Amino acid sequence: MTTTTKDRALQSVLFSAAADCRTLARRGVERLRPLAIVLAIVAGVGLAGRHLGWIDAYPDSWIVPLKDWISAAMAWLLHECNLGLFTFKEMTRSISWLISWPLKGAQGLLYQGIDLSILGGSWRLPHLPWAAVVGIGALLGLSLQGWRLAAMTAGGLLYLVLFGQWESAMETLASVIIAVPLGALLGMVLGIISARTKTAEAAIRPVLDLMQTVPIFAYLVPILFLFGFGPVSAMIGTIIYAAPPMVRCTLMGLRSVPADVVESGLVSGCSRRQMLFKIFLPSALPEIMVGLNQVIMLSLNMVIIASMIGAGGLGYDVLNALRQLKIGRGLEAGLSIVVLAVILDRLSQAAARKSKMRERGIGWTRRKSLAAAAAVIILTGGASVLWDGFYVYPESWSVTTAPFWEGAMTWINLHFYDFFYGLRNLLLIYILMPVKKFLVELPWAGVVAALAFISYRLQGVRLLLVTVGLCLFITVTGYWEKAIITVYLCGIGALLSSLGGIFIGICAAGHRRLTGALNLLLDTLQTLPAFVYLMPCVILFRVGDVSALIAIVAYAVVPVIRYTLHGISQVPTPVLESSRISGCSKRQLLVKVQLPLALPDIVLGINQTIMMALSMVVITALIGTRDLGQEVYMALTKADIGRGLVAGVGVACIATVTDRLMQAYISAIKHKTGQTP
Amino acid sequence: MDERQRCHLEEVDPVNGKAPDRPEAFRLRAGAGSGERMTLQQTIPPEEAGPKLACRNVWKLFGPHPRRFMTKHGNNPSLEDLAARNYIGAARRVTLDIYQGEIFVIMGLSGSGKSTLVRCMSRLVDPTIGEIILDGRDLSRVSERELIELRRHKMGMVFQHFGLLPHRDVIDNVAFPLEVQGIGRKTREKRAREVLELVGLKDRECNMPNELSGGEQQRVGIARSLAVEPEIWFLDEPFSALDPLIRSEMQEEFLRLQRMLHKTIVFITHDFDEAIRLADRIAIMKDGEVIQVGTAEELVTAPADDYVVEFTSKVPRAKVMSAQSIMEAASPQAGKCRPLTEECTVHCEAKVEEVAPAILANGQRLSVVDDDGKVVGYLRRKTVLGVLFEGEQQ
Repeated sequence: MTTTTKDRALQSVLFSAAADCRTLARRGVERLRPLAIVLAIVAGVGLAGRHLGWIDAYPDSWIVPLKDWISAAMAWLLHECNLGLFTFKEMTRSISWLISWPLKGAQGLLYQGIDLSILGGSWRLPHLPWAAVVGIGALLGLSLQGWRLAAMTAGGLLYLVLFGQWESAMETLASVIIAVPLGALLGMVLGIISARTKTAEAAIRPVLDLMQTVPIFAYLVPILFLFGFGPVSAMIGTIIYAAPPMVRCTLMGLRSVPADVVESGLVSGCSRRQMLFKIFLPSALPEIMVGLNQVIMLSLNMVIIASMIGAGGLGYDVLNALRQLKIGRGLEAGLSIVVLAVILDRLSQAAARKSKMRERGIGWTRRKSLAAAAAVIILTGGASVLWDGFYVYPESWSVTTAPFWEGAMTWINLHFYDFFYGLRNLLLIYILMPVKKFLVELPWAGVVAALAFISYRLQGVRLLLVTVGLCLFITVTGYWEKAIITVYLCGIGALLSSLGGIFIGICAAGHRRLTGALNLLLDTLQTLPAFVYLMPCVILFRVGDVSALIAIVAYAVVPVIRYTLHGISQVPTPVLESSRISGCSKRQLLVKVQLPLALPDIVLGINQTIMMALSMVVITALIGTRDLGQEVYMALTKADIGRGLVAGVGVACIATVTDRLMQAYISAIKHKTGQTP
Repeated sequence: MDERQRCHLEEVDPVNGKAPDRPEAFRLRAGAGSGERMTLQQTIPPEEAGPKLACRNVWKLFGPHPRRFMTKHGNNPSLEDLAARNYIGAARRVTLDIYQGEIFVIMGLSGSGKSTLVRCMSRLVDPTIGEIILDGRDLSRVSERELIELRRHKMGMVFQHFGLLPHRDVIDNVAFPLEVQGIGRKTREKRAREVLELVGLKDRECNMPNELSGGEQQRVGIARSLAVEPEIWFLDEPFSALDPLIRSEMQEEFLRLQRMLHKTIVFITHDFDEAIRLADRIAIMKDGEVIQVGTAEELVTAPADDYVVEFTSKVPRAKVMSAQSIMEAASPQAGKCRPLTEECTVHCEAKVEEVAPAILANGQRLSVVDDDGKVVGYLRRKTVLGVLFEGEQQ
């Protein structure tokens, strides 16, 4: 850090503050005063920092070694903690042994076959032939919705067969099949508990917030230590990652059961158990099914990450290909995850819709479905006896497009190298680097003070305390600079996504067909695991910040488009009509009526976008960024529990501060326009 | 006479026979002489009858610490006390007796606490203090298990927004209270079919609630509440969510059912017309307090305060006032005489509205007779016209 750059940064801040003051005088004081104050605070603290070094850069000697303490505590837990009859480690290991059984069962059923030793003899129970799985998938689609879903399911599964991904896909499916019910059950139980009393909800809610904002990498390390390396730990990680939405959905469903329905149950003389099982849970079923869908999607999202701690299957294939830059193979495996995700998504959505319609006659009876499934198994089993190819698809018959993709990549690199390289450098030199430099040079105390001021203005002392507290956590644990780099990458990503997303949203709003097509695209984008975005970016822009940025933008753009569309479309018709009668042109209507009214929704979308960008930032650590995510990732590779957890909580702090500030801003806008909830 | 009026006549006309077990206490006796206004005391039944359901000084407060607040104010806080501490008095010092077989209507504007009161009676809401006495037992003292038993066998309730379980079809909804008692499928579905037939929904048993119209849904709600043959039947604004035509149809249906079943009924409404049409007695609530209890006629002729006056001002007098309340009393000797012709007599409890056509057709004077056919007074054309005219004026 040279003093000249620092001076220049300070000068520019002061200059813009002064410029603001001038516009203030011209335009009326009220609106820009807060901004000017914020800039003045940062600049003022920065000037003070030139005399007091600790204000400018937090001294290393003041850092609290929290990560070492956590690591030590964890070591004690693992090696010395004794719970009387058994040690802590024995307990966790026996849990993982317990969970390994259903997993082994599912794996045996789907692709491994089960070894049985009964009556002295050793038998091998064959796994389901691929043809049987395809048939059962199609049946499921047929019974839940109809022929189209059946065809889609069968088609997707056939893709897996044809491209030789079957065994990996079944390995992934086996862990998903076990993880989803467990995660859903855990989520449901927590949801029911938190619906029962306010104190339970108050206790569970922050844990959920933490589970959702701390990056997955961070809690993979402790899981690795407690449960050992292997598919079981991967599954436990998946369950922790996927359960929170289920808790929220269950809670929401239980809370939204109409009072009349609850009272009718009470008056009928239901006991507590009967209330839960006959009134509350069935009435909350649609929400619970939505939760289930979320659990499935998150479990699949976790597939690649889970393979870092020992899950095999498609995730492992992708990760391996990504490490070796074997684009074609990675793409095929990645696409297989997407196929699996889309199939499970559509099936679970169909199930959710069915539970919502609650009509008789649609779909099949249980007995009929079971009979059909049994018939499929017997038929395909028989066919497998006749021809082995129905049991295991012959490898020589499988197709691969990998060489094509490799070729395409070479071709692109040959012909467009200059273009992409130029674009990359342009972004790096003129946008990324200056912003990064500017942010890193800002004095931490100034930023904290400015955030505190904003929090106070938006909501008051409580928010101020939360903001300052969380910022201080980051600073005190020594992660300020890394956090700022995270903010920079995530901030630019979120900014670009927001600009692009709002633009797309505005363009598409009002065109019914365009909106429909866009929604379909957004649905598909949301089912893609985050890792899939990395691959094309790495192909085109190589490893580094630019690739990370583009992956972030692609991943995070969805919510802002969605919320913009929603916000604009929900402007009440009378308001639109009265504006048209007043003689608004289309442009005026948009700028003066629709956008201001849609603002709370748009801000909510931006908030979601920031959250998604933040979760992507952590994943981009894989392709070499230098932020908190990298710190968490490094902790994972070096198995440093304390470091990973503290850096992970640091990310959670950033997410929480941003979220609180945005929420406060939204309620401030809503309050102003009288849209208070 | 249209359908509605006929039904009304059937309900009140003693010639057609009243509910046999309706206690004597509810017949207004016309002994006290003409012009004397009915007072509340006259409707209080003989001691031995005993109320089916009674509220004794029931309070329900909403606020941070209701019980502490009550104790602090000697269990009798004023409205000002409540307002000062931001408490809401949904029920205040409510004392009521509801007798076997009567339709007791609780009326009030929205927010007057009538729904809370009925929920206190079924203990869906626990009263802050006070006793709810059902068949001589204080409901606020019974354990949860006993309460569940009571609800399973003695209570039925109909809700404003039906409260049907959306995931069950009609017959499963109706059979639900029996199901939670642990009654087998066959028995409960048989019973459910019986009640469904009673409410005229025999052919809809396999439909889901969302496939039915509002009126049909409420019939399902009624059938469900009747499935356990409750002794006391709570109806919380059962017809308020229905449109006017369906509403009057359902009121008729309700009266028809009650003529067959003779339940003890607590009926909540904010619609005075509905109350007049259905009620044996009406309680008027305001700010959680019961201001007056009485028959529709008593409320109109002897309102307890200005609020009741205002509330009843829109009511056509001819609909609620009976012949005996406006007749000239006959002299004691005349009381022994039989009236001259059948056509010229009206029953003392007949409403002016029903008497009007007869007197307009028959000239100047009608004899008013009691249950035994004794002449108790005379009705003048002028008086009847006065009541009719007054009603129109308002």
